[in-house]
Amino acid sequence: MSQLLETFNSGVPVSWYLLLSAVLFALGVAGFVMRRNIITVFMCIELMLNAVNLSFVAFANQHRQVSGHIFTFFVMVVAAAEAAVGLAIILTVFKNRETLNIDEIDSLKN
Amino acid sequence: MDHLFFFLFGFIAVVCAINVVLQKHPISSALSLIGVMGSIAVLYLQLGAPFIAMAQIIVYAGAVMVLFIFVIMLLNAGSEEQRGRSWTAQLLGIPALMVFLGLIAYFIQRWFGDAGVVKFDNFQGGTAQNVGYALFTDYLLPFEVTSVLILVAILGAIVLARKELD
Amino acid sequence: MEFIVITLIKTAIIAFVLLTTLAYLQWVERKVIAHVQVRMGPSRVGPHGLLQPLADVIKLITKEGVLPPHVNKFFYLLAPFFAVFMALLSISVIPFGTSITLFGHTTAMQMTDLNVGILVILANSSMGVYGIALGGWASNNKYSLLGGLRSSAQMISYELPLSLAVASPLLIAGTLSLREIVNMQAGYHFGFIPRWAIFAYPFPQIFAFIIFMISAFAETNRIPFDLPEAENELVAGFHVEYSSMKFAAFFMAEYANMVTVCSVATLLFLGGWLPPWPVAYGSNFVASAILFVAGAVCIYHGLNPARPFDRYTLPVFGVMFFGLGAVMLVPFMVPVLMPLFWFLAKTGFLLFVFIWIRATLPRFRYDQLMGFAWKFLFPVALLNLLVTGLLVALAS
Repeated sequence: MSQLLETFNSGVPVSWYLLLSAVLFALGVAGFVMRRNIITVFMCIELMLNAVNLSFVAFANQHRQVSGHIFTFFVMVVAAAEAAVGLAIILTVFKNRETLNIDEIDSLKN
Repeated sequence: MDHLFFFLFGFIAVVCAINVVLQKHPISSALSLIGVMGSIAVLYLQLGAPFIAMAQIIVYAGAVMVLFIFVIMLLNAGSEEQRGRSWTAQLLGIPALMVFLGLIAYFIQRWFGDAGVVKFDNFQGGTAQNVGYALFTDYLLPFEVTSVLILVAILGAIVLARKELD
Repeated sequence: MEFIVITLIKTAIIAFVLLTTLAYLQWVERKVIAHVQVRMGPSRVGPHGLLQPLADVIKLITKEGVLPPHVNKFFYLLAPFFAVFMALLSISVIPFGTSITLFGHTTAMQMTDLNVGILVILANSSMGVYGIALGGWASNNKYSLLGGLRSSAQMISYELPLSLAVASPLLIAGTLSLREIVNMQAGYHFGFIPRWAIFAYPFPQIFAFIIFMISAFAETNRIPFDLPEAENELVAGFHVEYSSMKFAAFFMAEYANMVTVCSVATLLFLGGWLPPWPVAYGSNFVASAILFVAGAVCIYHGLNPARPFDRYTLPVFGVMFFGLGAVMLVPFMVPVLMPLFWFLAKTGFLLFVFIWIRATLPRFRYDQLMGFAWKFLFPVALLNLLVTGLLVALAS
């Protein structure tokens, strides 16, 4: 009992954060592979990027350095830029093909 | 207290992530993704990264996801209809995921098992001052390159999304 | 443990005061707009219409809450709740004064002092866009959708000049915590000009203040930027399908946003709870002087009443004002009440400017409003930030 209290008084192990990050990443991969709507696929990519960010920040905490936060910052910026361009591409695809289902956008010919 | 916050917000993050994957309507997925980002922001606060937590909410949850929601509303994306999926994928999908996750958990515990603990406030180097200082001294070149990247993204989005002039 | 109890008590007090203020802010707005338009405003429900907010609350609660059958139920019910939640969350980091000591416990007059306080306010205003976008979309009505999208696009466009205008006094203060920003504005130039951010030494932040106020009008969807939700444009915009408590929730979110941006403008630019001239020159007596004058005016008009019941109500108000003025003079309450009085006076003045402008200006067209944000305010705010940064770097 006192050993249980001892584990609860010390902090959360860093490996648990890494495990949570792995779970979120795996769910992102599952969604990316499973879903058919192109916007939902894009959102699963963002979920994967978030999982990776969590990993970076957990490592930054472990090594007591701020480089992990800098990496996270850059990942966020790149994700924002990618979201902007990706959604513009989705809009153009929708204008030309009239559908958001990636099963139907499967040939270069219109 | 740390355990309570970790379990609560980790659970919310995982439930919202499952929701992103399983919901039919894209808006429900988008809102669940905002839930994931919010709970990850709280986990960042526990990991001693207040600046990154707020940047996550301002940039990711407050701007990128607004963009997603605009596009979903403009395109009037309806619910996704079910197409036939192969039986192997449906039968083996979730067990394969469980095995994959089990393997990852085992390896994480083996390699990083004694990597230390996270208590609230045991890392105080994540303030805005520290991040800003590192960004402008050690990481100045990536910072400037990122600004060029954003410029390229803006130009790309404008060119792709404007009407063709006939 | 003691910390949790004190924080809960502070939260309860601040929540109660805030909700009452929101209700009475609507009364103040109706009265001010009425007097600008040379009419009287609410005057029947209670003396001078002071019970009008109570009547409005009762009306809104007991009105039939119509749930139209064609709406998307979950998001329709989520949107006003989300809008109010994000609007009220910003109040948790705003400091109202210095510390207060009651029954042996000392605590700061703020719910929590984060060291990234100002970023919390920006985050909550970014998240407030969702309430409006979802409300517009969930109503399944093309007019609400257009109104919701226009309003959200306006809010996110004006977030840029707002953030840049906020960044300039942060460069001078050197910290993100709201309490520290106000503490950096203490002191006086030449003994009598306060060191507020609008009079700051390397570069007076007067342009940043004006840009902040203009962006604040657009962020809170107030006139002159309220095209997306005006009653005669696009059939009242995104809240056309909402009734009773859900509509009241959107309304409350708008007023809470207004209070938040005025408080943030006070803290960042006008020196928060610091008096405009030094205590040695008698700035502690301003509050009592104003209240005594108000009491005298009330009692004078009570003796020559304009309306028959004024003979009874106005002297009561006069005596209340005199009592309040006397309380402000009590020596051991002065260090607690004076900073609170200055903070409330400055925020109240900015709220009055919000209401004054609503009564005076016409509204912008949507393309004028967006063009103004992107083509004028954003470059000017960027230029202001550059000049501030240059002068701060040269001065240190």
